[in-house]
Amino acid sequence: MSTATRSLPRTIGAHAILLTYTAIALFPVILVIMNSFKSRAGIFGAPLTPPTPGTFDLIGYTTVIGQGDFIHYFQNSLVVTVASLFFVLLFGAMAAFALSEYRFRGNSLMGLYLALGIMIPIRLGTVAILQLMVASGLVNTLTALILVYTAQGLPLAVFILSEFMKQVSDDLKNAGRIDGLSEYTIFFRLVLPLVRPSMATVAVFTMIPIWNDLWFPLILAPSEETKTVTLGAQLFLGQFVTNWNAILAALSLAIMPVLILYVIFSRQLIRGITSGAVK
Amino acid sequence: MAAAPKRPFRWHIGVFLAPALLVYTAIMILPLAGTLQLSLFRNINQSQVFVGLENFRMLFGDPNWSVNFWNALRNNVWFFIIHMLVQNPIGVLLAALLSSPRLRFSAFYRTAIFVPTILSFVIVGFAWKLILSPLWGVAPHMMDLVGLKSLFTPWLGKAQYALTALSLISVWQFVGIPMMLIYAALLSIPEEVIEAAECDGITGMAQFWKIKLPLILPSIGIISILTFVGNFNAFDLIYTAQGALAGPNYSTDILGTFLYRAFFGFQLQVGDPNMGAAIATMMFLIILGGVCVYLFLVQTRLRRYQF
Repeated sequence: MSTATRSLPRTIGAHAILLTYTAIALFPVILVIMNSFKSRAGIFGAPLTPPTPGTFDLIGYTTVIGQGDFIHYFQNSLVVTVASLFFVLLFGAMAAFALSEYRFRGNSLMGLYLALGIMIPIRLGTVAILQLMVASGLVNTLTALILVYTAQGLPLAVFILSEFMKQVSDDLKNAGRIDGLSEYTIFFRLVLPLVRPSMATVAVFTMIPIWNDLWFPLILAPSEETKTVTLGAQLFLGQFVTNWNAILAALSLAIMPVLILYVIFSRQLIRGITSGAVK
Repeated sequence: MAAAPKRPFRWHIGVFLAPALLVYTAIMILPLAGTLQLSLFRNINQSQVFVGLENFRMLFGDPNWSVNFWNALRNNVWFFIIHMLVQNPIGVLLAALLSSPRLRFSAFYRTAIFVPTILSFVIVGFAWKLILSPLWGVAPHMMDLVGLKSLFTPWLGKAQYALTALSLISVWQFVGIPMMLIYAALLSIPEEVIEAAECDGITGMAQFWKIKLPLILPSIGIISILTFVGNFNAFDLIYTAQGALAGPNYSTDILGTFLYRAFFGFQLQVGDPNMGAAIATMMFLIILGGVCVYLFLVQTRLRRYQF
């Protein structure tokens, strides 16, 4: 680029706008976390200042940990997310391999059929999904959630992964065939390791909506045993409307694991989005 | 591959496809079809009776349903308009700034602005509810700092402002997605095109409007349809912030919350799966209509440039 695009006022202007928006994006998060470490007087007296020794108080956290069964909800969320993710990635990669590797009749039709679910949200089938789960006795089990999320995640996973699998060299696979490897071995031993980076992208895309979903836990698994952390937080927050310490602490507890994971994986996620997953 | 004329039936293709197809068909496609079918039935004396389009006639005509339905649809359209008018322009602006060459800290900005997008609706809804609450007084206090305190009202509690306020909260949460997608599109514009423009003396704002914007139009199209599908399927934020009754006085009721109330019932109203299915069918048709408009009208007219 030439010097024409680099002028000082313009750079300062760009930074000013971006900084302002960054502040808007982070302000509520910082505000909530900051105030969760304060006493009630501190929260209402000086909401915009960080906790000082005078206002520092962990009463909110002790209330939350004493009242809600958050560890248990957290486990449920973890089981549901990890299991759904595993099935989405495994089944999605297998189907993507079949669609991108073999020419067979109905190949593109199959691709279209699977792509349907990218645009049509699974939520619209809720009425019949609930009937199905009632009929098969899966209501209030984590299995129901795992099944639903697997179906929800598959279309996009197949779509993205088959794009990437087309790029795996044919020579490599044919060399494997000449060496007498079965198609299954080629898939699991040769192709899967090569598409691992794109699997990570799909994983992040799949994970966030599952972890954050409120609709299906509310409808399919609202029992105490199977509550996920999102549903648990929703109900807890509804009950403790007047206990500001507890609410702020619960919100912070819900924010922090996601935030930590995001800071660790943000590079992967952003690279995934910008590498043209949705082109 | 295709050259081999007679080969034995390739079982492995079936094995590779079967699990995905099975789960997808059983949990997604069949229930979707089942829901569409249920919308044509009604429960009379404990048995499902085929009533044709009677449920839809009730939905559009019977005041018990139609008032709420049209209200929810109207609100949903407004919800979508705000997203298109606020979220996408801000996203494009941020992406354009981020993609300017040699911008320092751009990775930091990208990461920070995307943070709200990864949070769940429950967190977002409650955090904003607290901030806008007159009880806590953060919002009036901050408006006081810039001398605008007189403009503060409890937005979420007033029927005329609540929906707009919630739409803006949703915009705040999702602005990262258009930003990222446009940013990716801007990065993929080849250097030569920009250099050619500069040789012709087109720089700065003119360069953005005349060169870059036409090239990223397909991405803007994708973002619009993603926004459309997301908005007409929204539920969580309204439910979290305003409850299933979508108060005050149904002013924030959108199709998602209306479906939830119809299906499960709320307070005195008894849940009705058939009416729920009818509403879900309407949402399906609206989303399908939007996707078709996009695929057949918008996408075919946007020229894609191959570099």
